[in-house]
Amino acid sequence: MSNKMGGSFLAHRTPQVANLERRLFLKRGLSVGALALLAGCELTDAESVQKVLWAMSGWNDRVQDWLFDPSRLAPEFPESRITRPFPFNGYYSESEVPVIDGTDYRLELGGMIRDAKPWRLPELYALPQVSQVTRHICVEGWSAIGKWSGVRFSDFLQRVGADTTAKYVGFQCADDYSTSIDMATALHPQTLLALRYADEILPPKYGFPMKLRMPTKLGFKNPKHIAAIFVTNENPGGYWEDKGYNWFSGS
Amino acid sequence: MAADIKELVHPLVVRVTHWINVVALLLMVASGWRIYNADPIFDFSFPDELTLGGWLAGALQWHFAAMWLLVLNGLVYVCYGIISGHFRRKLLPISPVAVLRDVRDALRGRLAHDDLSVYNAAQRAAYLALIIALIVMVLSGLAIWKPVQLYWLASLMGDYEGARLLHFFAMAAVVLIVVVHVVMVILVPRTFPTMFTGRIRRAS
Ligand code: HEM
Repeated sequence: MSNKMGGSFLAHRTPQVANLERRLFLKRGLSVGALALLAGCELTDAESVQKVLWAMSGWNDRVQDWLFDPSRLAPEFPESRITRPFPFNGYYSESEVPVIDGTDYRLELGGMIRDAKPWRLPELYALPQVSQVTRHICVEGWSAIGKWSGVRFSDFLQRVGADTTAKYVGFQCADDYSTSIDMATALHPQTLLALRYADEILPPKYGFPMKLRMPTKLGFKNPKHIAAIFVTNENPGGYWEDKGYNWFSGS
Repeated sequence: MAADIKELVHPLVVRVTHWINVVALLLMVASGWRIYNADPIFDFSFPDELTLGGWLAGALQWHFAAMWLLVLNGLVYVCYGIISGHFRRKLLPISPVAVLRDVRDALRGRLAHDDLSVYNAAQRAAYLALIIALIVMVLSGLAIWKPVQLYWLASLMGDYEGARLLHFFAMAAVVLIVVVHVVMVILVPRTFPTMFTGRIRRAS
């Protein structure tokens, strides 16, 4: 996600219906249609509008959770379809990508996880690896196809004894980013703890040392530079989610 | 002089869903343009003043809230139109020859719409095209919202990127027809109150 998404959330303008027009409607006798229009005017009150919009976003989370089919796979593509170069995207520019020292790196685990010892990179590289060529869809509208490899996330959660009956998995990242996902998506077969991009160790701009790759969610739900993973029953929200982007954001 | 008879030309369901639809479509188009601006497909952006939401997340919230209004209201209208026979009575039959004749007359400023209880052929064509464009807009919107869960829908439209283009063109078609529609209402302003009251006076 790029920096251009700044600006004030409250700076919206609802279309107004001219007073004159309204009086004409009233003269004709208030039809229910005109009432609907007047209700539209009431909605310009910024605070109540915000409440309604957040409530609808929560409703959409539930609908998407219901729509989500745990066995439905995202389309996979031949390597010839990979987008080159694969776009960089973040809430900061490419020159500000964090530099992480792989030898010092520890992946911290927390929350409802039985064996919460930190993981070093060589241990993660030694786990069974799978690959996928899938489409990354950005909330802005563009999409790009890439190849990611790594540990199937459901295998990893099993291995560390995560309580998979919990509701959420949260992510804290070395770039001060954070996000969280539903357990059903965490256990989806195409959800990867990705350690490689295009068969190379994940380069910094794509999230070294690891990102969570989910072709069933929008790009911003795929955290890079993961530092800590935790399992919880309280929705942890996230960097963009707390600013108004839909939490579930499934594909 | 005999008293006038009031004749019903627009059933209540049509009037209510029509005006709800106007609100829903305004919200959808204005927020949709803001979403478009986050990553323009073509070499232009929509002026921010014409958009809704203030920034991408705000626009998305509006879009995914108003879509329920648009779709539920649209379903009521379409189900009513089919079941009650309203579509069959008012929008059919529709002959290409008559449509061409009416469009030609309209361009010369001589389109007949004297009897407000009957839509002329140009109107029938416009309303049918509008309804179809709206359905395509909704379906392609669903395909880009859920390209994985609704993969069968997306694959009909050339996958995510194809559906994204289709969604844009369906929006463009809807906006174009609506602009013509509103111009026609301005040219024949007698029709306007009937969409509220539903009735016309006819001398008995
Ligand atoms: C301010 C904007 C609008 C005005 C003033 C307006 C006005 C009208 C009027 C007066 C009629 C009746 C025409 C007649 O009796 O000959 C009508 C019918 C219709 N309008 Fe609109 N309209 C507006 C916007 C829209 C929009 C945005 C849509 C759809 C996207 C739409 C779709 C229709 C349809 C489908 C009909 C036919 C209804 C039926 O009989 O089933 N209108 N409109």
